Parts: sequence; C-alpha cells; structure tokens
Amino acid sequence: MIKSNRFSWFLFSSPQSFYPLAGALQPWFALLAVALCAAGLYIGFFVAPTDAQQGESYRIIFIHVPAAWMSMFLYLVMGFWSGVGLVLNTRLSSMVATALAPTGALFTFIALWTGALWGKPTWGTWWVWDARLTSELILLFLYIGFMALQAAIDDPRRADKAGAVLALVGVINIPIIYFSVQWWSTLHQGASVSMKSAPTMAATMLLGMLVMALGFWMYSIAATLARVRCVILERERHTDWVAAEIGAQK
Amino acid sequence: MNWGSWQNFLAMGGYGLYVWGSYAVTLAVLVAEILALIARRRGVIERLAKFYAARRRNDETEV
Amino acid sequence: MIRALGWVLRRDLLLAFRRRGDVVNALVFFIIVVSLFPLGVGPEASQLRNMAPGVLWVAALLACMLSLARLFAPDHQDGTLEQMLLAGEPLVVLVMGKVIAHWLVSGLPLVLMAPLLGLQFDLPGDALAVLCVSLLIGTPLLSLIGAVAAALTLGVRGSGVLVALLVLPLYVPVLIFGAGSVGATAAGTGAEAHLLLLGGFLALALVLAPWASAAALRIAME
Repeated sequence: MIKSNRFSWFLFSSPQSFYPLAGALQPWFALLAVALCAAGLYIGFFVAPTDAQQGESYRIIFIHVPAAWMSMFLYLVMGFWSGVGLVLNTRLSSMVATALAPTGALFTFIALWTGALWGKPTWGTWWVWDARLTSELILLFLYIGFMALQAAIDDPRRADKAGAVLALVGVINIPIIYFSVQWWSTLHQGASVSMKSAPTMAATMLLGMLVMALGFWMYSIAATLARVRCVILERERHTDWVAAEIGAQK
Repeated sequence: MNWGSWQNFLAMGGYGLYVWGSYAVTLAVLVAEILALIARRRGVIERLAKFYAARRRNDETEV
Repeated sequence: MIRALGWVLRRDLLLAFRRRGDVVNALVFFIIVVSLFPLGVGPEASQLRNMAPGVLWVAALLACMLSLARLFAPDHQDGTLEQMLLAGEPLVVLVMGKVIAHWLVSGLPLVLMAPLLGLQFDLPGDALAVLCVSLLIGTPLLSLIGAVAAALTLGVRGSGVLVALLVLPLYVPVLIFGAGSVGATAAGTGAEAHLLLLGGFLALALVLAPWASAAALRIAME
C-alpha cells in the first residue's frame, strides 16, 4: 500500500510524466481562475457596500490585497520547491521554482501599482514609505535578483541550484526584512498613516477579497503549469519523448 | 450595491481614475503574461522542430 | 580546523597587503561618496546631522559591496579555490577564514574612518561612538551576507551588477538598524535595542551564512 503510494508520487516527479499531467490540469485551473475572479469582481462591485470613510476608492483592495498575498505566498512556494530540488535533487521541483518567479514578480508589481493608486486618494500621495509598501518593493527586488541570477548562468543545473540557495536565503530574510521595515516605519511616522485604521470591514468586503485571492491563486497555478511545460520542453530536448511531442505538435 | 447608471458605475464616486486605473493595469499585466506564455510555447515548439529537422538532416548525411 | 582557518586568514591578509591598492580604493570610495552628499544637499548643519547616519551607512554598504568581487573571484581564476575544495578541511571553515579576512581588510578600515567623516557632518560625540559600535557589529554582517552573493555569482557573466542586485535587498535590515541606532542616539531615545538586534542578526548570519556560501561555492565549482 505504502509502496504503491510512493511509486505514484515519484512517477509524477519525472518531467516526462508531469508534462502531459500539467497540460491536462492547466485548462481546469484557468477555468477556475476565470470563474472565481468573475465571482470576486461581482461581489466587489455589486454586493459590497460603499466604505463609509474611503468612498468607492476602497474597491481597489479587491485586487491589491489578494495580489500582495499572492506575491508573498508565491515566494514561499518558490522557496519550498527550491529546497526540495536542492535536497532531493529532483529536476522537476527546480523547474517549478523557476516557473513561479515571473508570476510572483508580476503580482508584486500589481500590488505596488494598485497600492500607489489606492494611496493617492487615501493618503494624498502616490507613494508612502509604509511598512507594507516598502516590504513589497524589496520583495520585488528579491524576485528580480532570483530571475537575473538564473538568467545569467548558462548551465541549467547550476542555475537551478544557485537560484535555490538564493531563494532559501530570501525566505529566511523576508520575515527579518518585514520586521525591520515595520520597526523603521513606526519609528519614523507614528500611527498617523496606517492601514490598520480601517475599523470594521463588512463581511462582504472580506468575502470579495478571499474569492479574488482564490482566483489569483488558481491563475498562478495555471500560468506556472504553462511555463513549466515550456521549461520542460527546452531542458529535455535531447530526449526521445520531447522529439515525439514536437513531432505531434507540428 | 445598486449603481443606478453606467455613468455612476464608471465614475466610482469620483475615484474612477484610481479604481479603473488599478483594474486596467492588472488586467493588462495578466493578459500580457498569458500572451507571453503562448508566444513562448510557440517559440519553443518552432525552435525545437528546426533543431530536430537539422539533426535528422545531419544523421542522413552521415549515413 | 583552527589551523586551516588561521592559514586561510594569513594567506588572504598577506595577499591583500601585497595588493594594497585595492584596499585603499574601497576606503577612498567610501570617503568620496560621503563627502559628495553635502555638495549635493547643501552645507546646512542641522540637515547634515539628520542625514549623517543614513549617508554613512549607505556609503559603507556600497564600499563593502564593491570589494566583494575580490572575495572568491581571484582564487577561482588561479585555481586555488579548487584546491581548497579538495583539501579535506571543511569548506565552511575556509569560507569563514576568507570572510574574516575580507572584514579585516574592507570592513574594519571603514569603522576606523567613520568617526572622522561623522565629524564632517557635525555629529555629536555620543552619536559618533554609537556609529562606530554599529559599524563594528554591522560590517561583519555585510561581509557574511556578501559572501553568499559572491559565491553564487562566481564566474557568472555580468557578476558585478548581479552581486549588487542580490546583496542590496538583503542588506536592508542591517541598514535600518545600523543607521537607526545612530539616529536614535541623536534623537535621545537610546540605541541599545538597535544594537542588540544587530548583534542578533550577526549571530544568525554567523551560523547560516558560511554554510550557505560553502554550498554556493560547491555549486559554482561543480
């Protein structure tokens, strides 16, 4: 029983068997992403009431907060698969980590952009050195560093491992960076500019955010699966099954 | 939430620029990623097809 | 193990002494960058006093980062590093020796030079003392974190800019608490908490960074 379980687990850890699985799963995750985002937007725009303090401008948080959650979550997932790839020496986990980085960086960018557009009407400036925005900016730098390091190394196995060490160093550092930025920001501006002041969030607002976050999550999975398929084809081009796959595509 | 009219919906209580600016850029970024992924897949298949064709030709001339 | 550590340390210090120019360059870079700021923002004493901790610390980060290229790259080029990997001594110890040498050569001079530059910015005496202490705790931290990035980018094209990209985000906590300690002293709130946290980070980095650098070196040398 246990043995057969282990067997099926390792079966899908080979790029050859994961490639068709990813191809089969990807449309379903994409469909789920569209459905959840549509539901989230409906809740966000047609169910959730107007915020008493911020007016309609608060509706930005339905993408801002889920994007910020995803940006941090994806870095952790990236660190996890990097660690698995480093310890177990499985190529597929490293490929997944590589495939996650661009999507994570995009969500970080979205969180920063929407944060700026939310800050302008709420705080009166496009950019505030608020702890969250600052941490998010540094997170974007970490994503860019990871991608730049992997892009600069020609040997794919070395790129995987070097990226994995960097991702793990980043995972250890993120809480430290977040804590230090928090400390720094409370020291420099006090409580006058704080997002915590939003006192009672309507249940529908929270629901809209959660549904949108789920939608973004499904989107991330679909995008990562699509990217990992490209990576697999590129890396495994010397195998017969990729040659057969390309022959079938043409 | 009842917006009444399209104008009200687009105006977002005077914050239309900020709200729709956020949503438009988010949509644009996600669509750009999807297009980039499609282009990358096409590019990979194209390149590998050429690679295999070249390898076949190479094999044939050697035989 | 201690012998191996001492051997690497002595060797790297001797090499640095023979190539004095490199050491002096980093220090001069530090002095010039710090001296440019008053020219950029004006000579008003109160403003300079406010800026001083941040300016001195950012300049120290940059100076330290510039010298990271010399940490492993020369040994990688002439094959010494490969011999070290084969030497049978734990790689972590050898990395530790190189990091200590790097700090003695490029971190310690900054610590000694900082009070003079602080005077240029009209920092009061107690703030100068805290500046020195914070740099004394913080610069080894910079060398330790920098060693990981230097090992990761070993022999990679465009490694100079890449090191900056990798290492500067990781330097953020050091900058915040290093500059914060001086700022807190100047504001009269006391710097103990900042310095203790810096010390805590140093302890954490001492445990993790040499290990991560050694892993990165092995990956680079495969």
